[in-house]
Amino acid sequence: MVNPMKDMTTEEHPAPLLHAVAQGVPIKISARGVCVSYGDKQALFDIDLDIPERKVTALIGPSGCGKSTFIRCLNRMNDVIENCHVSGVIDMDGVNILDKKVDAVGLRARVGMVFQKPNPFPKSIYENVAYGPKIHGLASNKKDMDAIVGKSLSRAGLWDEVKDRLHSPGTGLSGGQQQRLCIARAIAVRPQVILMDEPCSALDPIATAKIEELIDELKEKFTIVMVTHSMQQAARVSQATAYFHLGQLVEKGDTKKVFTSPDDERTQAYITGRIG
Amino acid sequence: MESGHIVKSFDDELNQLHGIIAEMGGLCEQQLALAIDALVKRDRLQAERVIRSDKQIDRLEEEVDNLAISILALRQPMAEDLRSVIAGLKTASNLERIGDYAKNIAKRSEALTQSEQLGNATGTIQRMGNLVQGMIKNVLDAYLEGDGDKAEDVRARDEEVDLLHTSLFRELLTYMMESPGTITPCTHLLFIAKNIERMGDHATNIAEYVHFRVHGHPPGEARQKGDGSSTMVVEPMGN
Repeated sequence: MVNPMKDMTTEEHPAPLLHAVAQGVPIKISARGVCVSYGDKQALFDIDLDIPERKVTALIGPSGCGKSTFIRCLNRMNDVIENCHVSGVIDMDGVNILDKKVDAVGLRARVGMVFQKPNPFPKSIYENVAYGPKIHGLASNKKDMDAIVGKSLSRAGLWDEVKDRLHSPGTGLSGGQQQRLCIARAIAVRPQVILMDEPCSALDPIATAKIEELIDELKEKFTIVMVTHSMQQAARVSQATAYFHLGQLVEKGDTKKVFTSPDDERTQAYITGRIG
Repeated sequence: MESGHIVKSFDDELNQLHGIIAEMGGLCEQQLALAIDALVKRDRLQAERVIRSDKQIDRLEEEVDNLAISILALRQPMAEDLRSVIAGLKTASNLERIGDYAKNIAKRSEALTQSEQLGNATGTIQRMGNLVQGMIKNVLDAYLEGDGDKAEDVRARDEEVDLLHTSLFRELLTYMMESPGTITPCTHLLFIAKNIERMGDHATNIAEYVHFRVHGHPPGEARQKGDGSSTMVVEPMGN
């Protein structure tokens, strides 16, 4: 698995499905007609959404609206859930990633994920970051690996805080540091997309601000999709916002527009804290 | 207009903001009416009362500022709420200016108590005043009801005020050319007319904020402007 991209663009796969470009911004991921159900219960209905490249896209909506279900489709995390059925097309660089022929492990190297609660492995800080590159064979020797670990920790804004204790357990860090360690771990395998499912909900305002600043920097290199319950956070860090309600995508657009004058009444009711 | 916030005290604060603006608007209408009445009746005492009352409008504007800042800081309003607070702030500052113009009219009417009435000038000023008073009232109603159409109607009416102002400007210039003795009262009347015309402009500004609040964007079409006084040249007679 040296180049996961290569596996995904073999001739068996269909030609690029969509090259939608909204307002001159290249689209990294295009979801069309995505439906998800858990057994009999349908969780997502016919979602069409374009994720712009190297921008932050925020998915917002009340609990149970399907935003986490949707973000999990983007790296096929729903594969592991029994009874979960996903249909539709999610086009990434011309390949439908929902296609069973697409290797999920390779996909997840390209589409990294950071979760709500920081979940470092019970290993050293160094090993937490080195784990992914090791299994994906990204480093041929110790020197390369040191470079990957150092670069990833620097990009995650953690290097200065941990450079003297790389071999102490990752779990010994503070909550905010642990979350940045998880981000370093996610970017160590050189993904193109980073998914974040409420990355700051367990953090204090200072740690949250550091993560938000980090997200802002990371968008130079990565396409970021985040689920957040904090409207202010969505407004602060994202450039595009999608509002989900009862499994439907109600509104999507420029973050500034969505938060100053949304088109849909349900979006308005949600973001202004009214009963929908 | 719509269902309330889950946090009811937020609704209370927004209502309070709109309440103060309604009070400011009422006072502005009243100040304008009294100032023009003082001018028509050459009533110095009433003019003085108008001058004193302006402080009350200034105080209310300060209240709006403080409340709006606190809502922005503590509630972090979004979407319609955000537009509502911003429109409220700007409306209050425009009302405050309208109040200042009324005060200035009162001051000038004090200066005019010694002079004779000039033709139909006062009558025209009264008509302008009535028109603008109606605009202030209607734009405030539009603001409080969140009625974009009503606001649009106010915007359209400003042209009439501009036309009256232009014709009054011409009339007063003619008096001054005919008799230099009328220059002092005419100059005051010109400024009074200009003040009323400016009040109309502020009312249309508020109409634009109502539009922004209701529709989420400022009105697109440029409105008709009828004020030609800025470019007017009246040739002296005999030329």
